[in-house]
Amino acid sequence: MSSIFRRLEEPDMQWINIDIEGKTVRVPVGETVAAAILASGLHSCRTTPLSGESRAPFCMMGVCFECLMEIDGIPNRQACQVQVKEGMRIRRQIGTGEEYR
Amino acid sequence: MEHHQLAIIGGGPAGLAAAAVAANAGLECVLIDEQATPGGQIYRAVNTIPKQRATLLGPDYQCGQKLIDQFNKSGASYRPSTTIWNLNSQREIGILHNGQAALLSADRVVIATGAMERPVPFPGWTLPGVMTAGAGQILLKSAGIVPNDGVVMAGSGPLLLLLAWQYMRAGVNIQAILDMAPQNNLWRAMLHLPRALFVHHYILKGLKYQLQLRRAGIPFYKRITDLHAIGNDSLAAIEFSDSKGKQRIETSLLMCHFGVIPDSHLSRCTGCKHHWDPAQLCWRPVTDEWGNSSLDGIAIVGDGSGIGGAVAARHAGRLAGLESVHTLGRMSTNERDEEARADQRWMADDLNIRPFLEALFRPSPTLLGSPKDETLVCRCEEITAGTIRQALHAGHQDTNQIKFFTRCGMGPCQGRQCDNAVSQLVAHELGVEMGITEGYRIRPPIRPLTIEQLATLQGVDEDK
Ligand SMILES: Cc1cc2nc3c(=O)[nH]c(=O)nc-3n(C[C@H](O)[C@@H](O)[C@H](O)COP(=O)(O)OP(=O)(O)OC[C@H]3O[C@@H](n4cnc5c(N)ncnc54)[C@H](O)[C@@H]3O)c2cc1C
Ligand code: FES
Repeated sequence: MSSIFRRLEEPDMQWINIDIEGKTVRVPVGETVAAAILASGLHSCRTTPLSGESRAPFCMMGVCFECLMEIDGIPNRQACQVQVKEGMRIRRQIGTGEEYR
Repeated sequence: MEHHQLAIIGGGPAGLAAAAVAANAGLECVLIDEQATPGGQIYRAVNTIPKQRATLLGPDYQCGQKLIDQFNKSGASYRPSTTIWNLNSQREIGILHNGQAALLSADRVVIATGAMERPVPFPGWTLPGVMTAGAGQILLKSAGIVPNDGVVMAGSGPLLLLLAWQYMRAGVNIQAILDMAPQNNLWRAMLHLPRALFVHHYILKGLKYQLQLRRAGIPFYKRITDLHAIGNDSLAAIEFSDSKGKQRIETSLLMCHFGVIPDSHLSRCTGCKHHWDPAQLCWRPVTDEWGNSSLDGIAIVGDGSGIGGAVAARHAGRLAGLESVHTLGRMSTNERDEEARADQRWMADDLNIRPFLEALFRPSPTLLGSPKDETLVCRCEEITAGTIRQALHAGHQDTNQIKFFTRCGMGPCQGRQCDNAVSQLVAHELGVEMGITEGYRIRPPIRPLTIEQLATLQGVDEDK
């Protein structure tokens, strides 16, 4: 599937590497995890605990809680409120994310 | 417990202005904000983004830098990346920073937590590929990320038009703009036009955006009803009706927007009195001309106390700053009134546009009050409008009873996304005025806290 988002070309960006679903991805310093996954082409960040349907970041401002992901082994983190860090490991959250504990 | 003379919650135009006024007058003051940089929603990331992106966002965005400079010079202290999860009537504030929870207290608190987009359920709104226009704008402002293949923008409100204009300048393919405001809105808005003409620059700006978007050849569809987002695992198409009948557009991205409402979770959890505003269609706190709430020493200003826009938020912030200086004994009543005069006048002038905008962009009553049975209203607990209707007709005739009975509003978002929708659905079904049916009762913590974070809570006085 092609990415539904792209980055504007801007000069003087500083980049770091993170791991999204097992793939190494180059992302700009200071970006949120939710922005990074959308720009990398991942459409959905989790499945719901009840019906198992796919969901994606909806509000990007911390109010909808659709962006819950497993970040560095910890489930239920709000991807739109967490900034990327070098080497960060990001996984889609399946259901409540409890199986990761 | 760490103590401050004045604590300000929220670093948008309202909070920044309040802090600058108070600190300049000699108050010891701290501004706490969840974001990593100051600016709030409108001026998000304004002092850190590349120049090229700032230019693209337009002059209204760039002028936020001045406000931030004034704040930085004022000597107010600043706590970014810090979330407030509780405030009680004793003005004790629960904060969370870097996973560490703490308590602090203040002689006065100014809540300036701003607005959120009005959540409006429609079939398919939970599909990946559907997001809010505000989310799209945050991606653009803070990360320079824009739609790649194309985007359909639907709803009503100034933000939808502004984002479309910003996208056009960024070279984004806008497949269509769907105007969902009902036809009779225009006539209702005309009644408020004479007053709105006092601040005609807002109207001219809106017309300019529309004109430029039309000149760029972007298709506009008017008076849209029955919006559906369609797809299996992600958005594939949207369907809707307009005067020509049923329409379908293949797209992988839909951005929707139905105006903004105060983010009232904190002020409601604190116990401040609120009322239903029938013009803005939202709960808003009861405040006086200085922003003082029903609770002693707690003021609420900016879009968090009712939608007035960024300019009004800045003036309201200054007024709350002056009132804080006054009540903490550093300014006489006369001095405060003298200092406040210009802000009061500018604010009143600016607010002249509001009745016009509220009437023009008012979402249709059908959209708000009667979602189809199969539409998910509570995104978190996956509760449909049909389930809520069943609960209602089984005798649970109040929003909080319905919450208890169906679990709607009990998921991770704590009801932020379904509170208004459920209240309006209940009011519609019962045929009563809003305001009679209450919104959800909000309890702390208003942001999720883990047991571990609570256990390491700092600042709890031993003798308490
Ligand atoms: C997504 C979005 C985009 C918008 N974009 C524009 C725009 O481009 N142009 C325009 O004219 N208007 C815009 N608005 C309207 C906006 O409300 C402005 O009128 C203006 O930003 C209001 O200023 P404010 O100071 O009242 O609040 P805001 O600017 O919203 O600032 C509130 C601040 O409080 C912080 N906050 C909230 N809750 C907490 C908490 N619990 N703990 C810690 N911090 C918290 C927020 O992170 C935010 O920084 C937008 C609104 C939204 C929701
Ligand atoms: S996208 Fe809504 S909370 Fe993160």
